[in-house]
Amino acid sequence: MGKHGWKWLLSAPALFVLVLAASGPLTIVLVYSFLSPGTLGGVSWEFSTEAWFRVFFSRDIFDPEVVTWNTAHLTIFWRSIWLSLQTTFICAVLGFPTAWFVATRSPHNRAFWLFLITIPFWTNLLIRTFAIQELIRNSGTINSLLMWMGAIEEPIQMLYTDFAVLVGMAYVFLPLMVLPLYAAMDKLDFRLVEAGYDLYASRWRVLRHVILPLVKPGFIAGSILVFIPAIGAYVTPRILGGGRTMMMGNLIGLQFGQGQNWPLGAAMSMLLLIIVVGALMMYLRVVNQGGGERRG
Amino acid sequence: MKTMMTAAAALLAGTGMAAAQGELNIYNWGNYTSPEMIEKFTEETGIEVTITDFDSNDTALARIRQGGHGFDIVVPTHSYVQQWIEEGLLQPLDTEIVTDLGNIEPRWMEVDFDPGRQYTVPWQWGTTGVIVNTSLYDGDINTADIFLNPPEELAGKINVIPEMSDVMAMAVYAVGGDSPCTDDMEIWRQVRDELMEAKPSWLAMDYGTIDSYAAGDIGAGVYWNGASMRARMQNEDLAYGYPTTGYPVWMDNAAVLADAENTENAMTFINFILQPENAAMLSNFARYGNGITGSEEFMDAEMSEAPEIVIPEELAAAGKFSPACPQEIQDVRTQIWTELLQ
Repeated sequence: MGKHGWKWLLSAPALFVLVLAASGPLTIVLVYSFLSPGTLGGVSWEFSTEAWFRVFFSRDIFDPEVVTWNTAHLTIFWRSIWLSLQTTFICAVLGFPTAWFVATRSPHNRAFWLFLITIPFWTNLLIRTFAIQELIRNSGTINSLLMWMGAIEEPIQMLYTDFAVLVGMAYVFLPLMVLPLYAAMDKLDFRLVEAGYDLYASRWRVLRHVILPLVKPGFIAGSILVFIPAIGAYVTPRILGGGRTMMMGNLIGLQFGQGQNWPLGAAMSMLLLIIVVGALMMYLRVVNQGGGERRG
Repeated sequence: MKTMMTAAAALLAGTGMAAAQGELNIYNWGNYTSPEMIEKFTEETGIEVTITDFDSNDTALARIRQGGHGFDIVVPTHSYVQQWIEEGLLQPLDTEIVTDLGNIEPRWMEVDFDPGRQYTVPWQWGTTGVIVNTSLYDGDINTADIFLNPPEELAGKINVIPEMSDVMAMAVYAVGGDSPCTDDMEIWRQVRDELMEAKPSWLAMDYGTIDSYAAGDIGAGVYWNGASMRARMQNEDLAYGYPTTGYPVWMDNAAVLADAENTENAMTFINFILQPENAAMLSNFARYGNGITGSEEFMDAEMSEAPEIVIPEELAAAGKFSPACPQEIQDVRTQIWTELLQ
């Protein structure tokens, strides 16, 4: 066996796990999306494209002849995508100064600040979300405090609003933006920043034409890390949003649970995957293009 | 999700009874099995019990269908029982060991989903109704209008549990339908319109809200009777209503799996929970009724007298079991539900 053979052998366990744990279930989901629903869940082994049809189109329940776009599904898909975009944006705006702050500390202190940023990962997501709920509910900490100080007379309805969902999502995903941004800033050559000032560039020009282009890969990696899990987010919108509107994750869950239509759920899962892969491909394109380009 | 919990093993040591009596594996809803009752069972029989949780009927059914689960007892809801029986997943009760079927209250004996109780016995039962904070609204609460056409005082303060089957059933009854699986499309049209019109006055569609009701964050809603009782015990203003047009009744039922490894122990356990004293322990823990004659005298007083548990006589007839719907009706319901939550 040559050198190459050995290398392959070393990667065999990882490949084996990947094939088994990723491709296997994925294939099953793909196959299920082309079958018919079984009784009370499960599938029956009859080929059907009905599930894929129903992801996008709906037959009017009162007049099956009438076929229209399934606006309910499309509204829910779009809500998930929009919420993820907003979350990504908020995380980027909050994450940049945070990462900058950490990256400009002395090397010894940096480790401490990074450690603080990872603390939320120690606690279960569900518990953290309920903690936020406790803070913002009508008889919760914030409202009680404001009323006690006399700032408001009636509690402000914060829980079960879009605001609550955004706060929760930004909180949950912020570290995923800060860490890659920090990694990019850590490698940033600060002599370039100084050179910018030496050439009489304003602070704004240095930020726009020196710092931002250099940390762009960090922004892109962070955005992908935030966007992808955010689009499938399930718990946070449900608990903080009050469940009056569904996200893609809830809609998929519905088909496997109370809706008892596994093929439809499988088709929606595949669609979610396609959206995520699409986002990743955009990422790769942007990164590849951005390689040699420098402005300013 | 699938937390394993070994109960009562430690007690064996003290009783001097050998563990040779074997074991019993119960697959049940989470936080639903009285630990004291399990301790008592182990003390009396020497059988060690392991409990595994599931979180929905669909999860339970899917897992048992796969086989190789190692469970002896399962506790499905009434609407799923026939499917379990038809697929041959349950075995008939062994009346040599299960001798006390007579303890089941007559009204729970002849049930549609298991006539004459050949396969299952009652575990807990309850109702889905409405809960109202009477300090906000003191009108009639025995009506589905509480969430479908809410009075002004309650609008914007309503929580509806996100249980499609319960909400659909109440809405179908409210518009004059007789079955939650009706194929009368005119009924479904009215159901959809009613729900769509009502939704803007709902604050949330959430599950775990006992504290929010007690604190007054939520003023009214669709809720389960046991949870409503717990909320009322924290806040006396809360009252539970039974819509006179109709409301869903549910019952979870214990059964022995066809491929159980400890069939005899399982049958012994089934007969054990038919004893009023033991059934009462289940109720005192899970806070729902149990369907066993004479269990009231062993129940906590706050339960045996609670208006949420003991249905007022004139409202009892409006309670109905919701069957499982055929797929084409289920699809209609899911479609309306999706439209509602879009």
